[in-house]
Amino acid sequence: MRALRALAAGLALGLAAAGAAEIAPGERRSGYDDMGPQTRAMQDDDSANPGMFWVLDGQALWSRKEGAAQKSCADCHGGAEAGMKGVSARHPAIDAARAKPVDIEERINICRAGRQQAAPLARESKELLALTAYIARQSRGQPVSIALDAQTRSFIAQGAAIWNRRQGQLNLSCANCHDDNWGRKLAGAGVPQAHPTGYPVYRLEWQTLGSLQRRLRNCMTGMRAEAYEYGSEEFAALELYLMARAQGMAMDAPGVRP
Amino acid sequence: MARALINVPAKAARGEIIEIKTLIQHPMETGFRVGYNGAMIPRDIISNFVCAYNGVEIFRAELSSAIASNPFLTFTTVAAESGEITFKWTGDNGFEAIETAGITVA
Ligand code: HEC
Ligand code: HEC
Repeated sequence: MRALRALAAGLALGLAAAGAAEIAPGERRSGYDDMGPQTRAMQDDDSANPGMFWVLDGQALWSRKEGAAQKSCADCHGGAEAGMKGVSARHPAIDAARAKPVDIEERINICRAGRQQAAPLARESKELLALTAYIARQSRGQPVSIALDAQTRSFIAQGAAIWNRRQGQLNLSCANCHDDNWGRKLAGAGVPQAHPTGYPVYRLEWQTLGSLQRRLRNCMTGMRAEAYEYGSEEFAALELYLMARAQGMAMDAPGVRP
Repeated sequence: MARALINVPAKAARGEIIEIKTLIQHPMETGFRVGYNGAMIPRDIISNFVCAYNGVEIFRAELSSAIASNPFLTFTTVAAESGEITFKWTGDNGFEAIETAGITVA
């Protein structure tokens, strides 16, 4: 009996260790790498990728004067092609005033409120998605470059803790699927490694473009866990962890996903 | 105004088969969905698409509720002569979008 219990404990330990197994850098695959040829062709062709509608809308918003300051993004930042190159690849980043990580959506709203003196844009609003997509497009091909330093360390650890924590009615962690079972099938869908390089993405199931947080909320609902609020600190930490985990991989937003 | 993305080769050899791709921004609301308030969301779709090459219709499509949002249509034609290819989408609520693309055939 005791031997059996020891064996069970050993097995449980072994499983826990497997659960903590990170994907080796050489084995990392983006969502794009895992897609079928038709969906890839759709993403690659700017005249077939519906995400380009948001990029074009974002381009128009970039030079529109807004708020009490009557300033456009372009008035301060110039052309986005040069000024925003690589910016999405290094977000979430620590905002000095808040001493906390902010994702690109939040970063845009900091400029909306502080620099343009305009009302912040709602999460998943057409305008915020458009600006996010336009800025992300300027990082296409750029390697994910999260600052890995004393300031980000504790937030990345917080994100990693969320990633590895079992939660929800199904008692699953993100790692259970994305670290331990990537490449396998969940019902009809392939389980990807969950690298956020293509976000915001045009998801065919949504029939629209959505943010990384929308995607994460989908997974949390699937786990039957209570999804974190849009713009929450938990999501900022989780996004930061995901990007740090994808460090060095090429950005390919706006992606197309099934 | 709805945005449309058109992909037509700028140049082609006479007699060559060319591929034309069109993507248009549209919600394609089916008319079968119920909104958060419990009321049906009225249908709002593109119902017709016509492509003409120097005024001559070369392709037509009838779209229905079952077509996904932002419809992508691709088809081929023979590059006969230089000129203009026009694209016209029409649908519910007086929806209309028109685009043109030039082609040089040598
Ligand atoms: C039960 C398995 C499962 C769990 C648990 C799970 N996911 Fe997912 N996740 C999936 C599947 C399957 C997809 C792909 C869905 C599709 O393509 O339809 C996905 C997609 C994603 C993507 C998008 C990847 C891409 O390339 O677009 C991200 C990011 C992600 N998950 C993060 C998370 C996070 C963070 C958690 C924990 C809060 C989590 N997932 C929990 C199964 C899971
Ligand atoms: C009045 C000038 C001004 C306007 C208008 C403005 N910004 Fe900024 N923005 C700044 C400054 C200055 C910074 C540097 C960081 C800071 O705010 O401390 C910045 C930083 C940023 C960053 C982070 C860049 C990086 O390298 O990490 C992004 C993204 C950004 N702005 C987007 C926008 C967008 C989108 C708009 C329009 C909606 C906009 N900004 C409008 C002045 C402006």
